[in-house]
Amino acid sequence: MGAQKKRAAAAAAAARVSEDPDDLARQPLQAILLADSFTTKFRPITLERPKVLLPLVNVPMINYTLAWLEAAGVAEVFVFCCAHSKQVIDYLENSEWFSQPNFTVKTIESHNIISAGDALRLIYEQNVIHGDFVLISGDTVSNMSLTQALQEHKERKKKDNNAVMTMIIKKSKPSPITRQSRLGTDELFMAIDPNTKQLLYYEDKADHSKGTICLDKMLLAENPSISLHNDKQDCYIDICSPEVLSLFTDNFDYQHLRRHFVKGLLLDDIMGYKIFTHEIHSSYAARIDNYRSYDIVSKDIIQRWTYPYVPDVKFCGNRATKLERRGICFTAFNSEIEQSRSAQVGSFTVIGYGTKIGSNSKISDSVIGEGCTIGSNVLIEGSYIWDNVIIEDGCELRHVIVCDGVIMKAGAVLKPGVVLSFKVVIGERFVVPAYSKVSLLQQPTVHDSDEELEYADNSSGTVEFSSIQGTADQSNGEMTSESSEAHKPKLGTGGVGYIWSICEGGQEEEWRHSVAPIPEDKLTELSEAMDDDQELVTQDRTALSTSGELISDSNASEGDDNEDSKDDSVYFEKEVEATFLRAVEENVKVDHVILEVNSLRLSYNMTSADCAGAVFYSMMKLAIKTPHSSAIGLLTLYPSPFSMVASNAYPIYLSGELQQNTANIITTWQKLLKSYLLEIDEEIEIILKFEEMCLESAKEFSPLFARILHILYDKDILQEDAILRWADEKEGADESDKVFVRQSEKFIQWLREASEEED
Amino acid sequence: MDFQVVVLAGGTSKKLVPLVSKEVPKALLPVANRPVLSYVLEQLELSNIKDLIVVVEGADAALCVGGWISAAYVDRLHVEVATVPEDVGTAGALRAIAHHLTAKDVLVVSGDLVSDVPPGAVTAAHRRHDAVVTAMICSVPVSGLSEAGSSGAKDKTKKPGRYNIIGMDPTKQFLLHIATGAELEKDTRIRKSILRAVGQMDIRADLMDAHMYAFNRSVLQEVLDQKDKFQSLKQDVLPYLVRSQLKSEILINGAPQGQQAKENGNDKVSYRILANASTPSFHELYALGPNGSAPVRRTHKCCVYIASNSKYCVRLNSIQAFMDINRDVIGEANHLSGYNFSAQNNIIHPSAELGSKTTVGPHCMLGEGSQMGDKCSVKRSVIGRHCRIGSNVKVVNSVVMNHVTIGDGCSIQGSVICSNAQLQERVALKDCQVGLGYVVSAGCEYKGESLARKEK
Repeated sequence: MGAQKKRAAAAAAAARVSEDPDDLARQPLQAILLADSFTTKFRPITLERPKVLLPLVNVPMINYTLAWLEAAGVAEVFVFCCAHSKQVIDYLENSEWFSQPNFTVKTIESHNIISAGDALRLIYEQNVIHGDFVLISGDTVSNMSLTQALQEHKERKKKDNNAVMTMIIKKSKPSPITRQSRLGTDELFMAIDPNTKQLLYYEDKADHSKGTICLDKMLLAENPSISLHNDKQDCYIDICSPEVLSLFTDNFDYQHLRRHFVKGLLLDDIMGYKIFTHEIHSSYAARIDNYRSYDIVSKDIIQRWTYPYVPDVKFCGNRATKLERRGICFTAFNSEIEQSRSAQVGSFTVIGYGTKIGSNSKISDSVIGEGCTIGSNVLIEGSYIWDNVIIEDGCELRHVIVCDGVIMKAGAVLKPGVVLSFKVVIGERFVVPAYSKVSLLQQPTVHDSDEELEYADNSSGTVEFSSIQGTADQSNGEMTSESSEAHKPKLGTGGVGYIWSICEGGQEEEWRHSVAPIPEDKLTELSEAMDDDQELVTQDRTALSTSGELISDSNASEGDDNEDSKDDSVYFEKEVEATFLRAVEENVKVDHVILEVNSLRLSYNMTSADCAGAVFYSMMKLAIKTPHSSAIGLLTLYPSPFSMVASNAYPIYLSGELQQNTANIITTWQKLLKSYLLEIDEEIEIILKFEEMCLESAKEFSPLFARILHILYDKDILQEDAILRWADEKEGADESDKVFVRQSEKFIQWLREASEEED
Repeated sequence: MDFQVVVLAGGTSKKLVPLVSKEVPKALLPVANRPVLSYVLEQLELSNIKDLIVVVEGADAALCVGGWISAAYVDRLHVEVATVPEDVGTAGALRAIAHHLTAKDVLVVSGDLVSDVPPGAVTAAHRRHDAVVTAMICSVPVSGLSEAGSSGAKDKTKKPGRYNIIGMDPTKQFLLHIATGAELEKDTRIRKSILRAVGQMDIRADLMDAHMYAFNRSVLQEVLDQKDKFQSLKQDVLPYLVRSQLKSEILINGAPQGQQAKENGNDKVSYRILANASTPSFHELYALGPNGSAPVRRTHKCCVYIASNSKYCVRLNSIQAFMDINRDVIGEANHLSGYNFSAQNNIIHPSAELGSKTTVGPHCMLGEGSQMGDKCSVKRSVIGRHCRIGSNVKVVNSVVMNHVTIGDGCSIQGSVICSNAQLQERVALKDCQVGLGYVVSAGCEYKGESLARKEK
């Protein structure tokens, strides 16, 4: 019976195996499209409109992504909407996407999601993904063919069940000067196995202070050959196996696709999941991550790198525009443009329907939306002007983004990098300073650099928006008065809107992600900085190797290690001190402090002797700080208070005060200290620490050494064994090391006699 | 030819005790009955390099090596033998003979390299890029060191046979990173600055530095002068040059610091005009100012020449390597030995005498005037000159040097018997080394031991 059952099971298994390949082939390809980037890079625009609906060469971004997914053979797309979900869903419902044959678009809506990780967990719960799927965000433009990457992914998956993801990458060398790619994203370091294309290392958000990449030695032991890349760009198109979703569910702390998920998988060697890469060479793929990439991708689209998703081909809902050849460049025109005879429209420019351009206006390298009115003598260069914008005579716009419904009064000037959000009005002859962001909405005041909060902020934007949208429409006048009162930087006479102060990332970083090209002086400055950098690095290394004795290599590297561990202990000490001081200030219970110090100890991997030392150190520090003024005065009076002369001259009342303080603190916190004094070694550690302090950081104690030692003994913190052993250890030390043993000689003597008597 | 050649023949390497001794320095250890140094010299001769300096550590060793060279190459090569004190290291040895070096470039070859890679190829690669240093890189020997294997068994995570971690640019012409020795045991740290400059770096752990370098002479001398702590070319000088290549601290051709950049600039410009067909290397691109103006940074190039997999390239730097090389030179890589192999794929000197029913298998060598008794069997082994081997002796996977006496009924496996040693009857050796003139008494059995006379 049992055997029969087993055979049946085996047969079933065999059937499953034989079915499997067919299954894979039959399974229609699914895709998850995240219609929210969970970042705030496009603020203030994204406070009012979701990023995926922002027009990219007059077509909402999501259309590029959906059109590509359809062309790439995806059968079913789940559009995950979060911020402004209503707008996204409304848009999709009114578009043709819901009525395509062989291509289903379904929306999943959620409001309390703050990261891509949460989104994927939610999708997992809904149980709609059945096979391999494409994970993409709705701001991706691509024309690559998925066939090969998909096939590679499936073949790998068949051989190795742990190959859960294939990342699409593309060659793009970041500038060594600005350390960012053409698309304005941070430079990316990847290690890839050149044979299997497995991803072995991934570092974005590079820590510039670290001049080296650290490859684990195991990595090289397992892979004799590794390619380290700085010249690749992550396209943020991933082909995933269904396991990816369950991985997100298992690791509930994964938020970010790259920073948490990819790095998590690479670091985790228990489960052994693997990520592979697929490099595309001739086709296009890029994600619009910031204003710079918005600019670059727009230009790529106009220059037809993204064919067939270009302005003159109708690919979805957009009206195909007519191309005119100007010299060797293209300019897309629509027939219904009213253009004055004297207006000059330069190359690489797209102008939407119903736009009027006045006389003597010059437009080049720009995208202008539908229904705009541009006056005369206007200069527009490298700018993105969306729909229904009114630009009066004599305005100048260079490298800016201007959203729907903006009105620029005559003579207004936008400096490079400016972003005008919806319906802002710029007053007459007003000059908007470079890189400023102007919006009708006030800048959210609560800002925290913490990323989770950044996400949270964004989703709260939905709520904010829905409440404000109505008012913004009706009450322009109100807003004007409000803004002029509330905010100092007005937008000129008749201007409406707030200039956001730049706080996130700081002004210095603003130029990195702006639409404006990087200014020349910035580049020189940076390249000089790079020189210094390099200098530092070589100096470092050469100093190490020349100072190293004979076998410079091993010595130098050992030195490195020591430094590392030293660093750690210094940090640990600081943290403990901070914890302790906070505990003192806030009157935290001793047990809680013990808990906190314990957690620090675990995270820094320290011994309890280290803890004892650190706690003791912070207690003594506190003791010094309490009689603050007097101690300082003393220091200046007696520059080397640890000499015997100084200690003799030490005013009695002061030393008494310090001693009293110390005694009080020790009494209060003895429980904390004692919890780390498990063995005699830790007690000795404390004495040694105290000695070190007396010599270096807290010389005030040196005359009191013996007395405090006595206090510690009285309070049962130190046992006599510890003190005696310390004294014994010091027996053979240098004279200079024995200052304190001498000082406490009497006490030690007394201890010795006492113990003998006991015997 | 504007290349000077320095052969670092070493002295009496401690690693090779008991094979080496005062009378037989490392350079004269026999590989297929020829001193190992002859393999290097022959390759150099084939590349038409006839002037060379052989550097030997220790006066005694120098005397032996010098004597042998003058006898063997009397009218073929012009060799100077220089003596340096022992334990000065490779860099120290070059420092000691620096005043002999005059040519624009210097080729430094280790005297223990058994290889058929033409040195000319390395010098050509060096010249092509006007490099500061060019290192020859070869793949890690396939046979693998059994020593490394045994240590690998202890530490299973470590694969045996890792000698270097080498980072190269994708065209495999430039050396961007090299880690040796103790660094291998740690995590590899790659500098981002160089990665930014080059874009892609291929890191290989399956290659090793073969210790054949072409140096720019003035650079080499400058580095040796300034960094007087540098002891080894492989562990100090080469890594130093590699890691400072984008921020060169050396003065090419000794020009003073200020002018150097300028001159360099002019050079580069004219160079580019002359050679505008070839794309500039990343060094030149990196050196350029922000607007592609004249170079503002000083760089130098470190190149590699990768010996192809079909070439043989092993260094004799351990006992295991000694056995491997001996086996390979009469086996797979027998074109190196310079002998003609018989139909049985072995070499038996006409003057050697074999007893009845004695068999000498393929991949074996029997030197001049050696005698073997009856019913002996020799497999994959080298037997030197004038050995006297009794009857019923088995020699497998071993090297027997000259004038060795082996008694009846001995069995020798995987062992090395040095010259003048004597094995009495029925000795059984497995994985042993028997030193010069040592006598193994009758009936002894040893396994994995090193037998040598006490040094007086």
